[in-house]
Amino acid sequence: MNIADPTETFRQEARELLDQLEAGLLDLEQDPSNSSLINSTFRALHTIKGSGAMFGFTAVAEFVHEFETAFDRVRKGQSQANTALIGIALDAKDHIHRLIETPEAQIAGGSEILAALRIVVDGGTPTPTAKPAPAKTEKPASAAKTWRLVFFLPADALVYGTNPLLLLEELAQIGPCTVTALTDRVPVLETLDPEVPHIGWQVDIVADDPAAAIDDVFLFLRDNMELTLTELAAEEPVIEAAPELIAALPKLIEKPEAVERPAATSLRVPAERLDELMDRVGELVIAQARLSQIAALSSDTALKTIAEELERLSSGLRDTTMGIRMVPIGTLFSRFRRLVHDLSGELGKPIEFITTGEDTELDKTMIERLADPLVHLIRNAVDHGLESADRRAAAGKSAKGTVRLSAVYSGAEVAISVSDDGAGLDTARIRAKAEENGLITADTKLTEQELYQLIFAPGFSTAKEVTSLSGRGVGMDVVKRTIDGLRGTIELSTVPGQGTTATLRLPLTLAIIDGMLVRVGKGRYTIPLAAVEECVELPENAAAHARGRNFLDIRGSLVPYLRLREVFATPGPAELHQKVVIVSSGEGRIGLVVDQIIGNNQTVIKQLSKLHSGIKSFSGATILGDGTVALILDTAHLVASGQSYVDRTIEGKAA
Amino acid sequence: MTAATPITALTIRLEDELFAVEASKVREILDLVPVTEVPHASPFVSGLINVRGRVVPLADLRVMFGMAQPEPDQDTRIVVMEFDLDGEPMIAGILADKVHDVTDIEADSIEEAPKVGMRWRPEFVRGIGKRNGGFIIIPDLGRIFETQGGRSAPAAASEERSAS
Repeated sequence: MNIADPTETFRQEARELLDQLEAGLLDLEQDPSNSSLINSTFRALHTIKGSGAMFGFTAVAEFVHEFETAFDRVRKGQSQANTALIGIALDAKDHIHRLIETPEAQIAGGSEILAALRIVVDGGTPTPTAKPAPAKTEKPASAAKTWRLVFFLPADALVYGTNPLLLLEELAQIGPCTVTALTDRVPVLETLDPEVPHIGWQVDIVADDPAAAIDDVFLFLRDNMELTLTELAAEEPVIEAAPELIAALPKLIEKPEAVERPAATSLRVPAERLDELMDRVGELVIAQARLSQIAALSSDTALKTIAEELERLSSGLRDTTMGIRMVPIGTLFSRFRRLVHDLSGELGKPIEFITTGEDTELDKTMIERLADPLVHLIRNAVDHGLESADRRAAAGKSAKGTVRLSAVYSGAEVAISVSDDGAGLDTARIRAKAEENGLITADTKLTEQELYQLIFAPGFSTAKEVTSLSGRGVGMDVVKRTIDGLRGTIELSTVPGQGTTATLRLPLTLAIIDGMLVRVGKGRYTIPLAAVEECVELPENAAAHARGRNFLDIRGSLVPYLRLREVFATPGPAELHQKVVIVSSGEGRIGLVVDQIIGNNQTVIKQLSKLHSGIKSFSGATILGDGTVALILDTAHLVASGQSYVDRTIEGKAA
Repeated sequence: MTAATPITALTIRLEDELFAVEASKVREILDLVPVTEVPHASPFVSGLINVRGRVVPLADLRVMFGMAQPEPDQDTRIVVMEFDLDGEPMIAGILADKVHDVTDIEADSIEEAPKVGMRWRPEFVRGIGKRNGGFIIIPDLGRIFETQGGRSAPAAASEERSAS
């Protein structure tokens, strides 16, 4: 167990808070008067400030303090959260981010941002004097009254990193005060829990009306703590209040035990440890499969019972482990809102950004690796897909363009699409460019889909004219490569004048799946069970039509099929009683003719090495119960190639 | 020249020739295990094997050197090696008709592969060492695997053909 660097912990937390802050600000832009949004934004700021000070990030704390002060005016309804404010606030957020990442570097620009922020919140009247330690300015001590504040922190305050000294310092800023520690609740040593703040404080403050300021100090503790504020009569001696307190103590002493400490709801775990766990579970699953196989052959009922028990346990463990790694894709989506917001400003195109399917869960590694390709696609949609406002108006569309980002489960896959309602791809232009680049010749026949795929060719992206005319060029080869690496596919579809959609289809996970084991000749292959729709017997007379029509009639609908023996060039004549496994992917489905269906098993997906990465029929390999390797069929690819096979057959017939 | 670097090598026999692979890159030597054929893969790396829970490609150098490929017998071994391919580490098994011993090949006994008079593609041979009056061929495994890594694309084309 390595002890985490506290500074790094702070950074991590701060990054999350900044994300939260950004999301809050962007929401606020849409809904400027939503007070709960304003409050949560404010709270994020406050926490960053507090922990920043605690971990020695003074520059952060100072900057955030001023940011917070400005934003406080919004919270109090003295200023509006308009677009200008949000824009500057986002800059401020970025600035904080830089301060956190490189605290040593002298990062300029902070004071300009703060000045701009002040101008915006003050409604155009810059107040250079606003050295905002707000409490200090309201210090008409002469007319002030004396207030007595008694407080006990919540039992979990220290656990969550509250520093009582900082709180007292903040209180001291409200006005001259006397602090007395109330130690009466400190239990005897045997029962003392050092994590619970047993000490309370009595603070006598001289101030006009400190209630609001005090509330601010305890903003995040207020709900669970004891706090009383009473106004003291002018000359009341301090000590006299004590007896009441002491009288109240016996009752209170029992209290800390009764206080329910809220259980930790989440736990931060380094990703490598999860990967390691996944590997171990994978090995367990393989070992279990071997045991099950031996048990099945044995007549020992005790062994069979244990094998079954172990199978249940390991499948449960597998699901749990997988669950740990699954993250809703919404975490990724929120990042793009900022991107679109900024692009919209940069390019002067008003854009509505709509996201759906944030709850769709994907393997964490997958989500991380999807970030860059999606940035490219969204950038392209905004930059090249959407026309400028006046061109939109001229085309009779609303001036505001729409970019949609959606995620949805589709069989064993997740489909993520980025679509815009722009002008669409200029297919003629793409074709011309591809011919010019020598990718195709003038007489190459291409389907629409094949034509679009040209955009992903490496040479294509550098062609400047294409990017300015029809777009979709920059970095698309990189996008393609990343998605290929994830064993996913990209489809483009476009309607002239109405927009373009890029759809990424990705496997749900890179780790373990349920598979159906089949045999073709001597080879055994695994088909992802989630893609399997049903299994049927291959009709006896199908062999007669082997070269004619390879279709099945599945309850009235036409399903083409591929003979895997042919696809894999398996030697030897086909066996009798072949089976057809109907698999689906996206919109298409196809039958795969196999010699035998062996059964279902849990499959740990092992990536194929680089030496075999060019072979598209397989998405990976797995180790079977007997220790041999079986290949996992890439159903999406087979469905696609099956479809093109059908197309060719039809074309062939027409010719 | 790389040809002049002394190496500690594991000598293996392929057909009737002695080959030397860098001993420091060898992870283990296995008896023959069941091999899973990969349809459409190039004959050089047509199989996959299970090495302690890892799926590892099995390479047959005899394909690259145009040698006969007799059926495995009791001497057949798999040499599991670790090396860099395009800057990324990878593990692969190499089929050997027989594994001999680990030996030092002195720098001055290594000669550059002659451009003529050899039935192998010279770029696949890093050098030729001499021992006990015989030759030991030092293959350039990195070069061989790189060539093959990029070669699996035509295999995909044959897949298309077989589908039609």
